[in-house]
Amino acid sequence: MTFDEKYFDIGRLDRLSYGETFMHRLDPRAKVIGTMLFLLTVISFPKYEIAALVPFLLYPALLVAVGEIPVRFIVKKMIVVSPFAIFIGIFNPILDTRTAAVIYGVSVSAGWVSFLSILMKFALTISAALLLIATTSFSGVCHALRRLGVPALFVSQLLFLYRYLFVLMEETMRIIRAREMRSFGKRGTGLRVFARLIGILFLRTVDRAERVYYAMLSRGFQGDMPSLKRSRMVLPDLAFLSVMIASLWVFRFFPVTDGIGRIAQGLLR
Amino acid sequence: MHMADALLSPVVGTTLWAGTAAVSGYASRKLKREIDDRTIPLMGVLGAFIFAAQMVNFTIPGTGSSGHLGGGMTLAILLGPHAAFLVMASVLTVQALFFADGGLLALGCNIWNLGVYPCYLVYPFIYRPLVGGSKKPGRILFASVASVVLALQLGAFSVVMETLLSGKSELPFGAFVLMMQPIHLAIGIVEGFVTAGVINYVRSARPEILESLAVSRPMGADVSLKKVMMTFAVLAVITGGALSWFASTHPDGLEWSIEKITGKAELPEQEHGIAPALKTIQEKTAFLPDYNFRMGTDFKSVPKKEEAAPSWPGIDAGTSTAGIIGAAIVLGMIMLIGMGIRFFRRRESR
Repeated sequence: MTFDEKYFDIGRLDRLSYGETFMHRLDPRAKVIGTMLFLLTVISFPKYEIAALVPFLLYPALLVAVGEIPVRFIVKKMIVVSPFAIFIGIFNPILDTRTAAVIYGVSVSAGWVSFLSILMKFALTISAALLLIATTSFSGVCHALRRLGVPALFVSQLLFLYRYLFVLMEETMRIIRAREMRSFGKRGTGLRVFARLIGILFLRTVDRAERVYYAMLSRGFQGDMPSLKRSRMVLPDLAFLSVMIASLWVFRFFPVTDGIGRIAQGLLR
Repeated sequence: MHMADALLSPVVGTTLWAGTAAVSGYASRKLKREIDDRTIPLMGVLGAFIFAAQMVNFTIPGTGSSGHLGGGMTLAILLGPHAAFLVMASVLTVQALFFADGGLLALGCNIWNLGVYPCYLVYPFIYRPLVGGSKKPGRILFASVASVVLALQLGAFSVVMETLLSGKSELPFGAFVLMMQPIHLAIGIVEGFVTAGVINYVRSARPEILESLAVSRPMGADVSLKKVMMTFAVLAVITGGALSWFASTHPDGLEWSIEKITGKAELPEQEHGIAPALKTIQEKTAFLPDYNFRMGTDFKSVPKKEEAAPSWPGIDAGTSTAGIIGAAIVLGMIMLIGMGIRFFRRRESR
């Protein structure tokens, strides 16, 4: 990805969170707690589990459908970050060659089963994290974290980072364009120039922080960033959380996929 | 080298989350006492700086491939350990949320690997003694390279340990270490040069900025070795406790295969992490405790299943066929639900 693409990518995910759907209107705290429970449940499945993980796809599917999030965009972002999990996981089929099952005459090794399980967990956890931001907005998540007991200093740190991310990225974009204008081929992209660029960017950042501080001071900044948004857990939020917990419990402890498969087998016979 | 959710077990994930949360609390408390309001926007904007700087590529000498900055050590040197740690933690949090780099459960691991090591181990105990107040570029270069290399080696080794303790990967320890450490040695050397370049540039261009940052920053000197050792000892005990619990519920290979041969183990796939704890809840709540009904027994692959069973009894063919059919049906239903909602929404909005 080039710099410009990365920049517009973040902006797009941010714009998605301006939506006005049921999912967007839920209290951020409910969504943060729900997402964390979802992740823990998915990760708690043992190494060779695939079938029982399938029902969990319902959660990202519902978020995408109700929240009106473009599926392609999310899938593209998932593929971009997949290499590490695939790189580590691909050793499983090579190293673990015991036969796990024979399905219609094709024997499947245990390694492939555990590799598929890793991929499945990867898809579930990454999509849940991306969809949390896409339906909640970054500042929503931050204020939720604040109210869930994360230190105020850290939360204002996150809010500042986010606020100035776009400003600094535009600054960086200008620096990079200037570098590209002056460099032909690989020239000018070496370590020495890079260290200078980062040094300049750092100095500009410090100066900007100074101006930001004075601007905030003149507007009454006292070391905290309050929010004016409503934040009361109302009926839909509690309903969302309880449905979430109930379904996670059912999908974790009852063999839903297996049961449906067996019923279907019974009907077919 | 971001750790990924999919490779983690809940015990490892939550243990490192707890460790990271403890360090964050410590850093916040330390900072609150020692900084003025001015530092809050500075830290925030510097977080954005690291983020933007990581997106700039440079050519790695000799290879032609491109790399980018990690930034933990640079920040620790410029800001001091506490502020640097919080900035790194916030950068990694935003990356986890917006790029899904790693994931939310692995965030604890990632902050630990990329934040705690450079800020609280390497900076006070390696970088500061090596530089020792000197302003010579050569000395700073040497100290930076040594520090970044060490921090990245620690981080890479932690990725190996976290992956292995989670037990989702089959990679043997030796091969994994041999794969991770040399790559990160190379990355560390390059990043060490970049770090030194940035520090030296800032020092020569605007020395007063480093001085003014130094006033508000807590120095390595007040991070006493004793305290750090105590903290790490406590964390080690917690980690050890959690891991031994994990280990005791994870029968070793020999035990496991004996169990297989004697056929004692009932549900051998339940050996990981909090799964046994969950299993007891399951046994108390499940109305179908042993759900392997004999419905699929007259299935074609059954004789083969009997052969396969001793070598690998986790899944038998009956279960797996039902699993595949069930998975296909569930997947179809989920897609139908999703597309159905979309369809009706579009009609409504029209």
